[in-house]
Amino acid sequence: MLSVQNLTVQFPGRFGVFTAIEDVSLRIAPGEIHGLVGESGAGKSTIGAAIIGLLQPPGFVADGSLRLGDTDLRALSPLQAHALRGKRISMIFQDPQTSLNPLMTIKDQLVETMQAHEDISAAKAVARAIDLLEEIGIENAAKRIEAYPHQFSGGMRQRVVIALALCTNPELIIADEPTTALDVAVQSQVLDLIRGLADTRGIGFLLITHDIGVIAQITDTVTVLRGGKVMETGPTAKVLWTPDHPYTASLMAAVPPLDRKLARFEMPDSDVTPIAAPPGQSAKDAEVWLTAGTQALGEGLRLEDVTVRFSGNRTSLFRKPDAFTALDAVSLSVRPGTVMGLVGESGSGKSTIAKVITGLVQPSAGRLSLGEAALPLARQRGRKHPSRRDIQMIFQDPFSSLNSRHRIGDILAEPLWLYGLEQDAGQRRKIAAAMLDLVGLSTDAIDRFPHQFSGGQRQRIAVARSLLARPRVLICDEPTSALDVSIQAQVLNLLKDLQARFGLTILFISHNLAVVRQMSDDVTVLKGGRIVEAGPSEAFFTAPQASYSQELLALTPGFRASAPV
Amino acid sequence: MLGRFVQSEPVYLFLRSPAAMVAAVVAVLIIGGAILAPVLAQSDPYDLSSFSLMDGLLPPLWEGGDPRFLLGTDDQGRDMVSAILYGARLSLLIGLSAMAIATVLGVGLGLAAGYYGGRFDAIVMRVADVQLALPAILTALLIDGIARGVLPTDVQQDLRVAVLTLAIALSLWVNFARTARASVFVERNKDYVQAAMIMGQHPLRVMLRHILPNIMGPLLVIMTVDLASAILLEATLSFLGIGLPADSPSLGTLIRIGMQFLLSGEWWILWVPTLFLVALVVSINVLGDFLRDVFNPRLR
Repeated sequence: MLSVQNLTVQFPGRFGVFTAIEDVSLRIAPGEIHGLVGESGAGKSTIGAAIIGLLQPPGFVADGSLRLGDTDLRALSPLQAHALRGKRISMIFQDPQTSLNPLMTIKDQLVETMQAHEDISAAKAVARAIDLLEEIGIENAAKRIEAYPHQFSGGMRQRVVIALALCTNPELIIADEPTTALDVAVQSQVLDLIRGLADTRGIGFLLITHDIGVIAQITDTVTVLRGGKVMETGPTAKVLWTPDHPYTASLMAAVPPLDRKLARFEMPDSDVTPIAAPPGQSAKDAEVWLTAGTQALGEGLRLEDVTVRFSGNRTSLFRKPDAFTALDAVSLSVRPGTVMGLVGESGSGKSTIAKVITGLVQPSAGRLSLGEAALPLARQRGRKHPSRRDIQMIFQDPFSSLNSRHRIGDILAEPLWLYGLEQDAGQRRKIAAAMLDLVGLSTDAIDRFPHQFSGGQRQRIAVARSLLARPRVLICDEPTSALDVSIQAQVLNLLKDLQARFGLTILFISHNLAVVRQMSDDVTVLKGGRIVEAGPSEAFFTAPQASYSQELLALTPGFRASAPV
Repeated sequence: MLGRFVQSEPVYLFLRSPAAMVAAVVAVLIIGGAILAPVLAQSDPYDLSSFSLMDGLLPPLWEGGDPRFLLGTDDQGRDMVSAILYGARLSLLIGLSAMAIATVLGVGLGLAAGYYGGRFDAIVMRVADVQLALPAILTALLIDGIARGVLPTDVQQDLRVAVLTLAIALSLWVNFARTARASVFVERNKDYVQAAMIMGQHPLRVMLRHILPNIMGPLLVIMTVDLASAILLEATLSFLGIGLPADSPSLGTLIRIGMQFLLSGEWWILWVPTLFLVALVVSINVLGDFLRDVFNPRLR
């Protein structure tokens, strides 16, 4: 049905022509779900945009043919292309928050779309819209259709977006990361829906995603992209479990499996430079410095009955706003020198725990302790309190956690200066360089700015900064969820190595169960600000006790290291 | 270092924006002329003894004037070129210092308001609201009036420039405070600021070393645009006679003097300083627009 031959897309720019897509061919049959997988910058979304004719200028299709059935998509005039969009090809976007018009009811949006493409009366369009919403799994559709987008939850909204894509009976739907913004439970429902639509209506799907788990779960065929070129294409099972191309193989090796714990990801650490560091600035020196004066770095961390309330929205001028309980009497204890995985869906209070420990949020009740000593709560904790140094944090987004106006050397020297660990500026520089070597970066990185590094390298710098405080406890808040799988594997390897070498205590926060399994000794599951289950990691993953945990594990798109039986 | 500057995005965009280039040339010429006024000008317009009434009301050169006076003279026999260069010097001095005071005051308050939030923020912003409700001229009149009432007469004359600068600065700081505060609200929740706070860094250090460099973009734009406003405001006040007196003429004073000759045929006395002021303000504004486009690529 859809056939793309030798597609080449180019972006002319200031520094010459950039070829974003080179010689890509793919075919999609009716009822087929074709996965397009690759890391960021691989050109996945550009292919989708080229097919639907919405390439961002100055990008243009330089070569190749795009055919949908008998129609040559490249030969269409802008007007014809406009008529075809929505009618024969629809699109589902990543974020259901922004792809619906917040000021129009669902009904108006559906009817508007149908009437734009068909000569249909409003009454008939409404009837069809209601049928469609019921098919898509929205209960009480006749009533709900009058609602505005904000009155639906995230998953329901994505269903509405799908209904909107479906209402003109298109032949092909391009789904660009349709479940990335959703929690696992909702994600699995939306994926089931897409699979069902392909089977019953015979719609072809082009599913663009970076998540191998999603690819493994619902696609029939898959194309692996890298740097705008096709690495490998074929039936999903074949490509994923017996890959021909070494890139696909290394990609698969980097995907954390849900069903077992790896000691280490087996992969070449590609962005590690082999250049030997100058004397006094090598990883060995950093190690000596880190362990100087202490035996093991790790220290236990305990939370007892911590409750956090935020004031909600004020509904009346004269009434006190209702409080929203983010954490409800949460107790957890991280043993010294171990990794505690903290799991939960968005809004479960994972990050609030990190903020309570680091002193950014004031709990309304509860006690904290670090090692033997009590840890004062946020407002009672002075700026000079020793825990400021003992507890360090690694953030999710390495693009915002480093100050883009400072050089790497200044960023790294800051904890040394601030905590008075090293008085001499030259010595601070040497230690910073040594720490860069320890986290696997070249020591000449010290004079550069953060924007000159990739996401994975920045995350290494962030790790180096936290280590330079000689911490006892590391809080990692989703440290790899902004990274591509291969980079994620490298950063996880680094954290595992450092943890093993220095016996750090780590609180590892993530929504990704597979990643948590790779990292943790113990696991705590949060839901709606309460602890659902806590226990040793392997026991949790093999035999979860609470029903919520069982459900969570069952719904996670399972990428198993071997083919499903 | 120089190579990197030449290759950088702003320079690239600048070389592709004819309006910005023309504006930059005009601004550099005017500002350069003002700085070099004592060297360039043939006579000192403040020194009444250096010109003679005999040379009064001479038209510009192309209208058949005296070759000594390129743009003619006013009724006192003062050379227009010299008067304008010195006037621009005074206008720029007042404009720049007012802008600098407004920047320090506004950015300081805005940073603190955005960083601490809560009650302090509410107080600063309400003061800013009140300030916005008063027209700039009213503020200037108020300060001028207070200065007249409080200061002895002989000090008054010496402090005219300072009073005027302060009055203009006080009516401009709100822009800076609001922009800085809004930018801080965005930056404050970014991880690098959170990281600095977790580490227990001093609030002043977090604000000045971490946040401030990251919000400089929009502030630079406001600085250019407000420099133009400050110059205009000074001209307005001087034009109304509450600014600088006729013996130390700024551009606004020159225009006020010229007003008397509007219908008398000696058009150059009014129009030459007016066009000069327009060229200065427009070129600064065009540069400000250009800067905004550089920092806000989505507007392009």
